[in-house]
Amino acid sequence: MKLSPDQTVFWEYGFFSLNLTIVTTWGIMLLLVVSAALITRRLKTDMRISRWQCFLEMVVTGINQQIREVGLKHPEQYIGFIGTMFLFIAMANLLIILPWYEPPTGSLSTTAALAISVLFAVPFFGIEKSGFVGYLKSYIKPTVIMLPFNIIGEISRTVALTIRLFGNIMSGGLIVAVLLSIAPFIFPVIMTALGLLTGMVQAYIFSILATVYIAAAVQDSKKKSTITKLKEVQNG
Amino acid sequence: MDSVTTIAIVSIITAGFTTGIGTMFPALSEGKAVVSALQSVAQQPDAAPTITRTLFVGLAMIESTAIYCFVLSMILVFANPFWNHIIAQ
Repeated sequence: MKLSPDQTVFWEYGFFSLNLTIVTTWGIMLLLVVSAALITRRLKTDMRISRWQCFLEMVVTGINQQIREVGLKHPEQYIGFIGTMFLFIAMANLLIILPWYEPPTGSLSTTAALAISVLFAVPFFGIEKSGFVGYLKSYIKPTVIMLPFNIIGEISRTVALTIRLFGNIMSGGLIVAVLLSIAPFIFPVIMTALGLLTGMVQAYIFSILATVYIAAAVQDSKKKSTITKLKEVQNG
Repeated sequence: MDSVTTIAIVSIITAGFTTGIGTMFPALSEGKAVVSALQSVAQQPDAAPTITRTLFVGLAMIESTAIYCFVLSMILVFANPFWNHIIAQ
């Protein structure tokens, strides 16, 4: 029994192996980029816009709204990262309706790559907001004793993001594969429909957690800066 | 009973117990979380979007413990390192 699409190898040369995960990942990337380029080629601001432009505007406005509700005041800075991540995971999980398709998120390497990009994006946005020293100071809050726990928390939440997405998608595929050998007619269809719901929920959870982490890194520094401003006002 | 059989028996029984116990308690706590979220929504329907979002994030946090147990039992059944070690000898 194959646990992940990594084990389906098409071509191998040295340490590089072209497996199903890489092929489907690049396929999804191509699909997203080409469709977005085709839709945004003729954007209009009339009363009547094309259907696809309307759909894309709904998606972008919805993601902006969700990011703003978590607490980031200017979602336009962050939608490039969070929105891309959400769309990629949602598309990867929703395409299981196609036959012979295996979701790349059911492979530990894909989810680890996504979680590691979150791991690097959090200090990136934090430093962009408050400077290098200001971001590093967020590690010794509330006291210096908390420094190792903050670092451990940073690592463990990356591992948690990885395992959560991988486990959910992999278990969905595995249950369908097991049910195919027991009751091959109706139940796999129901479980696949449930897998669509799980996939959407997991894409939402992944991106909302990334937003929460980024918001924590950005808001810590902002709160500190307002406190220092207040102190300056009191002193001056 | 040689060591391969022992490892197989122990791994399979442990995998079953891991998934069984490891999904039982997250299920109970997810039920508690959903109950209190529904009560809050019934009391304050205006705050429903915020409560729903927080509920989803919390459910994902709780559920990840069950997922850890599941992944662990999958490793024990399909990619057992001890079994591979004994077989390789």
